[in-house]
Amino acid sequence: MVAISVDSPEESRRLCQSRGYTFRLLSDPRADTIRAYGVIHEHGSEEGRDIARPAEFLVDQTGTIRWVNLAGTLLARLRPETALRAIDGMAHANARGFVR
Amino acid sequence: MLRNWNWLVWSGFAAALLAAFSYIPFFSRFPATRDFPWANLLLFLAAGCMLGIGVYRAFAHSSRYRGKISGIILSVLSLVLCGLFCFGVFFAARDLPSAKSALRVGQQAPDFLLTGSDGNPVTLSGLRQGRRAVLLIFYRGYW
Repeated sequence: MVAISVDSPEESRRLCQSRGYTFRLLSDPRADTIRAYGVIHEHGSEEGRDIARPAEFLVDQTGTIRWVNLAGTLLARLRPETALRAIDGMAHANARGFVR
Repeated sequence: MLRNWNWLVWSGFAAALLAAFSYIPFFSRFPATRDFPWANLLLFLAAGCMLGIGVYRAFAHSSRYRGKISGIILSVLSLVLCGLFCFGVFFAARDLPSAKSALRVGQQAPDFLLTGSDGNPVTLSGLRQGRRAVLLIFYRGYW
């Protein structure tokens, strides 16, 4: 499991330290990857910067997208049980293994 | 004759303040009250009831209760708070780009090369090594 945003690695490190996150935060300051996945929110930040909209993709062992979650509101956050259900669903459909 | 303090209009206003300002520091912490702010909307409803009764008795029983002017001012302020809250929840928070542009199930996930918070490069193909699945979470960030 990795999390991607336009934040710099230093900002992500501070966030990890303050919240105690153990998963990896990746930095996409030019939003190239965010754009490639089609989840760019142009001028989405308070300063008008292009940022990622909240979105989750489950990619399987072959690199194929198996599950996508796009919340319609900023208030909703992905719940762990929802992600686990998606992973279980994929596992039932085929395989094993999930990187954390 | 000394008229009673119309506590209902002040309690109603306090409930409206609580409804407007409790979401971010408190109710957003719990998934059940975060995804849809029903707790805050209920508080606004309670505030409306108290203010309504308070203003009604200020006018209908004006010999017993004070609060004609304060009741109206506090009601208007509460309505403004409720309006701003609803605007934030039902419009501003839903002002997201169309989901149509996002990659779909069945498509190939584009590889990426990004910097981790430890400064090291991370690629999707690297994360998938060892036949592993990967959950990618895009988030707005804290800029």
